[in-house]
Amino acid sequence: MNKRDFLKQSILFIPAAGLMQTLARVAAGEDMATAAATSGDYDASQHWYGMGIDVDKCIGCNRCVEACKTENNVPQEPFFFRTWIERYSIHADGEVTVECVSTQPPRGEETPQVDPDVVRSFFVPKLCNQCANPPCVQVCPVGATFQTKDGVVLVDEKRCIGCRYCIQACPYGARYLNPETKTADKCTFCYHRVTEGLQPACVEVCPTQARIFGDFKSEASRLVRFERVNEISVLKPDMNTAPKVRYAKLDGEVR
Amino acid sequence: MKIPEQITRLGMLLAGVLAAVLLLRFVILPADMFSAAPHQAAKAVREMAKPVHYAGMPACRECHADIYDTKSAGGHRYMGCENCHGAAAAHASDPATGNPPLPSEREFCYACHAFDPSRPNGFPQIEPTEHRAGKKCIRCHDPHDPVPPSAPSDCSGCHGVIAKTKATSSHATVECAACHEVPEQHFTSPRAALPTKPAGRESCGQCHGSDATDSGAPRVDLASHGDSYQCWQCHYPHAPEMTR
Repeated sequence: MNKRDFLKQSILFIPAAGLMQTLARVAAGEDMATAAATSGDYDASQHWYGMGIDVDKCIGCNRCVEACKTENNVPQEPFFFRTWIERYSIHADGEVTVECVSTQPPRGEETPQVDPDVVRSFFVPKLCNQCANPPCVQVCPVGATFQTKDGVVLVDEKRCIGCRYCIQACPYGARYLNPETKTADKCTFCYHRVTEGLQPACVEVCPTQARIFGDFKSEASRLVRFERVNEISVLKPDMNTAPKVRYAKLDGEVR
Repeated sequence: MKIPEQITRLGMLLAGVLAAVLLLRFVILPADMFSAAPHQAAKAVREMAKPVHYAGMPACRECHADIYDTKSAGGHRYMGCENCHGAAAAHASDPATGNPPLPSEREFCYACHAFDPSRPNGFPQIEPTEHRAGKKCIRCHDPHDPVPPSAPSDCSGCHGVIAKTKATSSHATVECAACHEVPEQHFTSPRAALPTKPAGRESCGQCHGSDATDSGAPRVDLASHGDSYQCWQCHYPHAPEMTR
């Protein structure tokens, strides 16, 4: 084969090989058409999910945290959380202390003492606020994190490069770097459950209905009633993130 | 006018390059190199395909309707079955895979029912060292309908923070019933009948008024002290020496 023949055949071969590869990929069903087909009859644009949290009902039992870790394979180490419970203590001198309720609580016989210096103390469940205007999505340099049509912010672990920008950008500290995948990870509202009509795992196990899950677009939704009957606050409203996790009876000291 | 041959050739070359670029852009290279939508849709599908571990209470009810009915009438009616019995999706889809755990240890119930000052007022809590120490909770309480075997005799079981605060205050010896009338029904279904709260200043005046008898309590003239405010608006009745 001389040089001229080689060039001629190369010019033909390269696009032909590309075409064959594309055809093969389509046939193997990796494309978007298949993606749409396998999601069944679920129409994301018909939903807009949110969560209501009644702070006055939370007993700090941590069942939601445990259930979340089980359901979503979150590492068990006590610093990886998709949802967590904070204990706020307001002291007489105005000082506010916040601690994360341990996942390995000393459920022993000892009784915590009532600190006379603490004016009031309560639990606040926290999780990704699934902001309608999410700062984490804005900062992602590779478009790995995005908002679905039903309002849930997801992370595409195949795209994420683990740069931690989103972890820094989240005003709620809701993201962590998964030590196994080395990608950003966060609450998905249990997307695999809610799209099947189930409750998120934390809501499923909450013993006092401190957590309510619902759909803002549904006429008969616990969440819509929750918003109607309670005075609603969101965390850090000044950030203009438009959180879809709504709090009732939230103490003014909660950040 | 004849087009020079070199122009024709150049035109064909440009057409070829254009065709190659278009082929590359729209056929060879995958669409998700140019749009986020395909990879986002694919991620959503992958997310939806993840396995479910918690089956949800409706699934439990299909086989265990009797227990569900017991539970839905009792104090644990808002609790999902898998709160205590753990993630049971495998058991729900195939009962032969084994039974979910039946926790019976005392410590298990502590997660919710051991005294903790941060828990909301009114939530039933026990002092683990004082409440039937060493016995399993389920010997007296049916977990699916956890009514106490006898009505509670004092208020600290649900109002522990108030009881503990009051116990160290100058109102330590004042009984709850001195200020609150507690309907009998409140001990068995607390929200159905709430205790009363003192309506006016006269209630405090029984001990703290200038004409009160048999009391070493500080006296004030109800007519002039504190304008039109109710006593509790300045003094916390469960710890009156508390300044805030």
